[in-house]
Amino acid sequence: MKILVCIKQVPGTTQVEIDRETGTLKRDGVPAKMNPFDLYALETAMRIKAKAGDGSEVAVLTMGPPQCEAVVREAFMMGADRGAILSDRAFGGADVLMTSFTLAKGVAKTGPYDVIVCGRQTTDGDTAQVGPEMAEWLGIPHVANVKSIDRVGAGSIDVTVDLPDCEIAERVPFPCLISVEKGIFEPRLPSYRLKCATAGREIAWLRLADLDDTDPKHYGLNGSPTQVKRIFPPESHVERVALEGDDKAKAARLADILDERKFLR
Amino acid sequence: MKYKAFDAADLAALRAICGEGRVTARDDIGEDFCHDELGGTFSRPDARVRVTSTAEISAVMKYAWGHDIPVTVRGSGTGLVGGAVPLEGGILLDTSMMTKIVELDERNMTLTLEPGVLLMDVAKFAEEHGFLYPPDPGEKTATIGGNISTNAGGMRAVKYGVTRDYVRGLEVVLPNGDVIELGGKVVKNSSGYSLKDLIVGSEGTLGIVARATLRLLPLPKYKISLLVPFPDLESAVNAVPEVIRSASVPTAVEFMERDVILAAEEFQARKFPDNSADAYLLLTFDGASREEVELAYETAAKTCLAAGASDALISDTQERNEAIWSARGAFLEAIKASTTEMDECDVVVPRSRVAEFILYSREVQRRRNIRIRSFGHAGDGNLHIYVLRDALGEGEWKAKLAEAFGDLYAKARELRGQVSGEHGIGYAKKAFFEESASPEALALMRGIKAVFDPKGILNPHKVV
Repeated sequence: MKILVCIKQVPGTTQVEIDRETGTLKRDGVPAKMNPFDLYALETAMRIKAKAGDGSEVAVLTMGPPQCEAVVREAFMMGADRGAILSDRAFGGADVLMTSFTLAKGVAKTGPYDVIVCGRQTTDGDTAQVGPEMAEWLGIPHVANVKSIDRVGAGSIDVTVDLPDCEIAERVPFPCLISVEKGIFEPRLPSYRLKCATAGREIAWLRLADLDDTDPKHYGLNGSPTQVKRIFPPESHVERVALEGDDKAKAARLADILDERKFLR
Repeated sequence: MKYKAFDAADLAALRAICGEGRVTARDDIGEDFCHDELGGTFSRPDARVRVTSTAEISAVMKYAWGHDIPVTVRGSGTGLVGGAVPLEGGILLDTSMMTKIVELDERNMTLTLEPGVLLMDVAKFAEEHGFLYPPDPGEKTATIGGNISTNAGGMRAVKYGVTRDYVRGLEVVLPNGDVIELGGKVVKNSSGYSLKDLIVGSEGTLGIVARATLRLLPLPKYKISLLVPFPDLESAVNAVPEVIRSASVPTAVEFMERDVILAAEEFQARKFPDNSADAYLLLTFDGASREEVELAYETAAKTCLAAGASDALISDTQERNEAIWSARGAFLEAIKASTTEMDECDVVVPRSRVAEFILYSREVQRRRNIRIRSFGHAGDGNLHIYVLRDALGEGEWKAKLAEAFGDLYAKARELRGQVSGEHGIGYAKKAFFEESASPEALALMRGIKAVFDPKGILNPHKVV
């Protein structure tokens, strides 16, 4: 079975400046790491691979400036078998639509895959839309909010989807894309042994010229329909709830609140 | 010493010093103030006095000295050996309101503060200003005064040492109410006996720390942990001296076993990032640059692999560190939750004998037929060994606990270890300390106590 995980390098901290002109993040000189949500996707892929058995492999695909090689190397240290990087100035400044389009082109170039696994969202873009949009470009079924992998079959995968008021069990035929929830598995740590073993492993670098659509207007900032009008810090507010009544009533109300917010299982 | 029976006049006098609201009378004092964290020792004070300044401490002590009233100092009450329990009643002098950070001296890299500041607030304040206060005991809600009184250690002792290494100066109130300054902001000091170092670790028996000047270090920018799986505990712990001898000293070296990890997983309802091995070492490295830290951990990883580790897993982000350290932080609570009652032995042995001691603790578990769990600071030889009561009846528990502790402390002595690595002697470990220390050393300690506190009013029946 061929499994692909889409990963992204994100700023290592939340202290990131925003380019006022383009509305994009200034990434230069900021320490970076693999998007924490992608760790769950990679772990999920490793578990699927273990269930699928011999001959299966996990590949990773990322898009970004040359330094994003670090997250591909990190994926190797977590057990990924191969990696590819979409890197070209023409890809820069892409919005959700263009990012998913470029990744889809990368998938077409490096695939085919039976399952594509994405993290729920990134910690910098926060849209949670790139995975599903990529599947739309590829014309394959996709399921988001996956909270567990229940069965790995020869031609399909069974998953449980966590929705606000219910859970759905789905059987998804290959090829497909799933976006997994944080906490689906506890991600393994990068291995020093694998670091040594994969230090010289080649990574496929894909530039605009390597893709089947080479029109630069279809990529990056140029191709992005999203226009940033204004940037502002998000509003935040803290909600305080004071419970009234005797201890018993307060305890019951507190239990209800915790239950409503799914803290009690 | 015969103490005066505490009466209404004493209560009124204390209220005249500190005001009505900060002096609580015996019958209004909650149970929480009659014991410490481990709970084995229980005694109610006659009055709980919440002091707010050195002058108040001094005034309270002058009164107590003049009227032969015993005084026991208490911070957050997170001690584990009954050190803050007022065995003779009298005054419980509570410093938890003295939470002022008096001065950060960036040029001398010192932090001066009152004793009631919580350890977590000391660490946070230092970090916010680009400094590190290295001592890092697990109990972050302890006060700095309590940490100084027990010479608290913590996980970073391997590289940075313990609380005593970071106390530059102290303002101390003596039992008779006199206030003295010891040490200061100076880096070196060869001027007579080091009374400052004597006060550190004296568990509130010699004087009361009213203000402390701590030494800070520049904050290391990079931190990485290695979780190293080993086939068994013995090979894990035996690798430690090699790791510490290799090029770069880790800040922490912890050992942990599968059954404790499983208990923490269940307790937290969260999986540990790896469960492939029976035993693990957890190593942490810090440094000023990424390169420095990477070089350090690579050397250690190679050393561990050569010593039989199956791999070395790298934790280099906040999320990863959180996954490991939250489990490490839950060990004690997880063990507590797995049994009905427990008692702890906090011995320290030479680093080279740690494996031998832990294996011996397993032998005690078998021989005495009582469950024993352990984890701890393999890097500095300080072990936390928990004897668990489970379903034992009161009498049987007491008997078996005494036997098991007897075995463990005897073994520690044999290995040239000490009764307490970081919790102190207090009241709970006094008998073991008296067995372990030489009569000459005990006589000197009692002599010192008599010089500081000839009336014996300060924290009676503790340490010696």
